[in-house]
Amino acid sequence: MSTVTTVVIPARSPIRRLWYAAPVLAVLLVLPWVAEQYQTILLAYGLVMAIAAIGFNLLLGYTGLLSFGHSAYFGVGAYAVALMVKYLGVVSMELHLLGAIAASVLVTAIFGIACVRYTRIFFSILTMALSQVLWSLAFKFFWVTGGTDGLRVPTPTLLGVVTGKGDKTAFLVHQYYYYVLGVFLVCVAIMWVIVNSPFGRALQAIRDNETRAQFVGIPIWRYRWVAFMLSGVFTGVAGALWVPLNGLTTPDILHWTFSGKIVFMAVLGGFRTFVGPIVGAVVYNYLESYAVGYTVYWQLFLGVILVVLVLSLPTGIVGTAERLMARRRGPR
Amino acid sequence: MSVLLETKAVVKQFGEFRAVDRVDFRVQEGEVLALIGSNGAGKTTLVNLISGLLTADEGHILFRGHDVTKQPVKERIRAGIARSFQLVNLFDQLSALDNVALAIFSRQGKTRRLLSLADADRPVWQEATDVLALFRLDAHARTLAGGLSQGERKLLDVAIAYALKPKLLFLDEPTSGVGTREKAPIMDTIVSVVRSEGISAAIIEHDMDVVFSYSDRIVAMHQGTILADGTPDQIRRDEKVLTTLIGTPEPPRPSQGGG
Ligand SMILES: Nc1ncnc2c1ncn2[C@@H]1O[C@H](COP(=O)(O)OP(=O)(O)OP(=O)(O)O)[C@@H](O)[C@H]1O
Ligand SMILES: [Mg+2]
Repeated sequence: MSTVTTVVIPARSPIRRLWYAAPVLAVLLVLPWVAEQYQTILLAYGLVMAIAAIGFNLLLGYTGLLSFGHSAYFGVGAYAVALMVKYLGVVSMELHLLGAIAASVLVTAIFGIACVRYTRIFFSILTMALSQVLWSLAFKFFWVTGGTDGLRVPTPTLLGVVTGKGDKTAFLVHQYYYYVLGVFLVCVAIMWVIVNSPFGRALQAIRDNETRAQFVGIPIWRYRWVAFMLSGVFTGVAGALWVPLNGLTTPDILHWTFSGKIVFMAVLGGFRTFVGPIVGAVVYNYLESYAVGYTVYWQLFLGVILVVLVLSLPTGIVGTAERLMARRRGPR
Repeated sequence: MSVLLETKAVVKQFGEFRAVDRVDFRVQEGEVLALIGSNGAGKTTLVNLISGLLTADEGHILFRGHDVTKQPVKERIRAGIARSFQLVNLFDQLSALDNVALAIFSRQGKTRRLLSLADADRPVWQEATDVLALFRLDAHARTLAGGLSQGERKLLDVAIAYALKPKLLFLDEPTSGVGTREKAPIMDTIVSVVRSEGISAAIIEHDMDVVFSYSDRIVAMHQGTILADGTPDQIRRDEKVLTTLIGTPEPPRPSQGGG
């Protein structure tokens, strides 16, 4: 090429963003030492849901597909753990995670083949229907899954050494909290690389314009399928991590209303940004816990709060915050 | 000159209606060809068949001697057929630079990489920057494609196709919807790029001034068939073309018409 121009370095400077993350990380690290136990456990739940939400958002925010069936993959991850304990006597958390990953790859690979041919509402309905199939299977095969009673799961062994024998709360608040935090950070890092990879750009291109994506040579169905699997695997990992916190797997986590929560987290935090779903998951988790604590009409109460939040912050918490910060820096 | 692309009696039918009716169409290596014809003549449909957006009901399409009639879009692109769109087709939430870079990543087979950072691939960004400069879009590299003006969008649409390094480029009305004064600069830019790189181009265009001044050869379509085929001089004097196309004033067109 004859024209000589200088390279334009893409505007998003990823390194600068890490500086914003540093204080947040510091808070996350010291929290178990300063906060009440209940707060730490709540945050652990929040981080787990955040993993599910960033997985979900690979489809919604980056590929333009609204899944209403992510409860399926969360549930597959959780039940994979419970069944490994029940039938194989596996107590290692690392093996639980591997098992959850394998199970969610399998399920998403199959569900994905059916779903990725569709977009918009058709995709949403199909994903929801498939998750409801799993939900009803969890009842039908109650001798395997424990039906509505669910399956009780004892605390796992972490890294082959740390066990939860003795004070379970102390285990959850310290060892397990840090374990969740570690997995969370790894998941965030991997997802961040994925969305910023050439593959991630291709997904965004598919989101923006399917036809044109096809005409730059991107095999759209195959890429959507891969995104579908990746998305489900992250959510499956979240499901596995959730089990020790809850101590029990029940079919509620397979129900479509649970998928709705994941959707809400992403929208609340802002699905157009990378960190939005993380913030949304943590905030939603607090909102829900406090709503349950304050009133028996918590679902109504929560519903109203969420409607108000979404109406007043249409780009989500993070989207709104970014806009405010940009405004403060002055017009550009 | 050798034949780059050849269609043999291709047919496309929409229900009972034949939008493309046994068309034999050729593009020679290195030429800039204009495809003309009134609204609904079947120009876009023909390009859709060749580029793979639609599949032909009958007939064959040969590209560099190979039958591509049934090949998927991806294979045709790899073989060297690229196109732009009559209605601009961009990645609106990506920057102009990202739009072009994506085509380059795809051409190089790099979109499969999911554990490396796109931004770290300097040669791709250098090339994308160069392509934007060729199309005089370098000032808008960071602008989201959705925020560009119509003329810039048309150019970016062509730039994306160009970044695939095609041997044959189909441009479906590259100046539709832009003001009369903007047309010449856009065509100048596109044709100079195409000619300097030795790419063959087939340009669909309604503006006869543009057609006569930029093309080596003109193919006129009418009601799904080829009406005439010749040099600009021949076409200017062609009776059938004069009566069916040029003689009659064009019907008023909306700024973004057709399919
Ligand atoms: N997908 C489709 N389904 C049904 N009819 C179609 C379809 N696409 C095109 N047609 C019809 O086929 C005919 C040819 O359309 P085409 O878009 O190829 O014309 P064109 O020559 O590109 O016209 P224009 O100059 O308006 O772009 C038109 O009558 C159009 O209505
Ligand atoms: Mg047309």
